[in-house]
Amino acid sequence: MDNERISPRQAAFLKEHRRHHHLVAFLRFLAFFLFLVLWEVSAALHWIDAFIFSSPSRILQTILDMGKDHTIFRHTGITLYETLLSFVLVLLISFLTATVLWFSETVSEILEPWLVILNSLPKSALAPLLIVWLGANTGTIIVAGMSVAVFGSIISMYTAFRDTDEEKIKLIYTLGGNRMKVLQCVVIPSSIPSIISILKVNIGLCLVGVIIGEFLAAREGLGYLIIYASQIFKLNYLITALIILCIIAFGLYQAIQKLEHHIRKTRHL
Amino acid sequence: MTPLLEVSHVCHAYHTLTGETAALSDLTFSVEEGEFFVIVGPSGCGKSTLLSLLSGLIPVEEGTIRLSQSPLAGHQTKIGYMLQKDHLFEWRTVYRNVVLGLEIQKKETPENVEHVEQMLKDYGLFAFKDSRPSELSGGMRQRAALIRTLALDPSLLLLDEPFSALDYQTRLNVCDDVYKIIKKEKKTAILVTHDLSEAVSMADRILILSKRPAKIRRILPVHFSDETMTPMQRRQAPEFKDYFNEIWKELNTDGQ
Ligand SMILES: Nc1ncnc2c1ncn2[C@@H]1O[C@H](COP(=O)(O)OP(=O)(O)OP(=O)(O)O)[C@@H](O)[C@H]1O
Ligand SMILES: [Mg+2]
Repeated sequence: MDNERISPRQAAFLKEHRRHHHLVAFLRFLAFFLFLVLWEVSAALHWIDAFIFSSPSRILQTILDMGKDHTIFRHTGITLYETLLSFVLVLLISFLTATVLWFSETVSEILEPWLVILNSLPKSALAPLLIVWLGANTGTIIVAGMSVAVFGSIISMYTAFRDTDEEKIKLIYTLGGNRMKVLQCVVIPSSIPSIISILKVNIGLCLVGVIIGEFLAAREGLGYLIIYASQIFKLNYLITALIILCIIAFGLYQAIQKLEHHIRKTRHL
Repeated sequence: MTPLLEVSHVCHAYHTLTGETAALSDLTFSVEEGEFFVIVGPSGCGKSTLLSLLSGLIPVEEGTIRLSQSPLAGHQTKIGYMLQKDHLFEWRTVYRNVVLGLEIQKKETPENVEHVEQMLKDYGLFAFKDSRPSELSGGMRQRAALIRTLALDPSLLLLDEPFSALDYQTRLNVCDDVYKIIKKEKKTAILVTHDLSEAVSMADRILILSKRPAKIRRILPVHFSDETMTPMQRRQAPEFKDYFNEIWKELNTDGQ
């Protein structure tokens, strides 16, 4: 890894790698651009019904209109807020539950079948029940978001805790530690990579849950916008909402990946 | 002088759903202060079990173990246990690894920290105290693990095959280093190994165990003409071969 003296072959390899990288980036962009052009042209020439399929220019116009009256920010903001809140709550609840399960073998044996059943249940089926129980409000939507992720998250986190190297645990005991110290010094630090992958899964699931909740019980948010637009046949709105959802999902995932990168660097995992 | 450690009539069995595994049967021996006591035996005979009992990690069910004349109960701060692998945590620096025991027992006093830093200096790790364990060589890792154990200032050190994860070359050196460190810190040590030459090169006495359930076959005192020899020097001494052969015979004659 001498930066001073790169051999000609290494230089050629690096150049080839960069060239390939740029090519892929360019072709990606080109494909996307061609897709947009084709879409726009088809709509303009009436190959497809623009009323149903919309078109890039109409979507752009919709975004601008919604930007002007700030509705786009409100809907996006509320969905983002609900998703992040349910994500954080899922993290807290599953961490605490996994800790309790790890501390007590008996409790975990008792609860395990219930967790498995709840986790395999299609969570969208729970949403109507939640609305009846909790009313149609933001709280319900956050709970709906949590319900999709929380059971799987508990199971995965408990599994990660339990998979801790027995010998490392033994080391803490040889140094005079108790079970609490084992948790602090070995179990949690060594589970961090698993916890990060759990977070990556959770953020997507929370978004799904929040959208389901908004479909059923909201007056604002992207899920509401989608349902509303489909009912009054404003497909421009619907597709705009979908595109924003794509961006949100991508952005949230990227944020967690950044976090992962940061943790790996500072903790040398 | 009374011995530091007295083990009398200790038996131990593991209980599982598939049955009972007798691991130790009626062990009686004692270890003197300052002694280097080595335990050898066939693999799976119960050596690690014995060390776990001595360290208080598993409770004694039958027989008694006394340390400085008081019976063992639970974890003993006077006993340091060095496991087979170093288990240095990658998420801590070398220094934070070495003071792990002090941190756990809330004993990070200025004197103890001073002691640790002195050991890091003496044993060539001070320059690496802020590095990650992965940056250390195998031998350095083992020394770090030993310092972690010594930081709590135990009066008895238990070592469970501490060199088995190392390659042969490193192993000879680390064996020498560890021996010198233990002697310098004036510790009593019990070492488990199944490398017979390692046993002869380090031991004051060697306890030879039988196949599982482990019984004492023999306790062999080891004397070299020069008492101050290092393990490496012992390997070259004429007596070395004789002791080696004696243990070899003892382990391989199935005298029931
Ligand atoms: N937790 C346990 N539960 C049941 N049986 C066990 C347990 N630990 C060890 N044993 C059994 O007890 C016997 C002695 O184990 P021990 O680890 O003490 O042997 P050892 O002499 O240290 O072996 P090795 O040379 O492989 O390190 C083995 O047969 C092992 O299978
Ligand atoms: Mg063993």
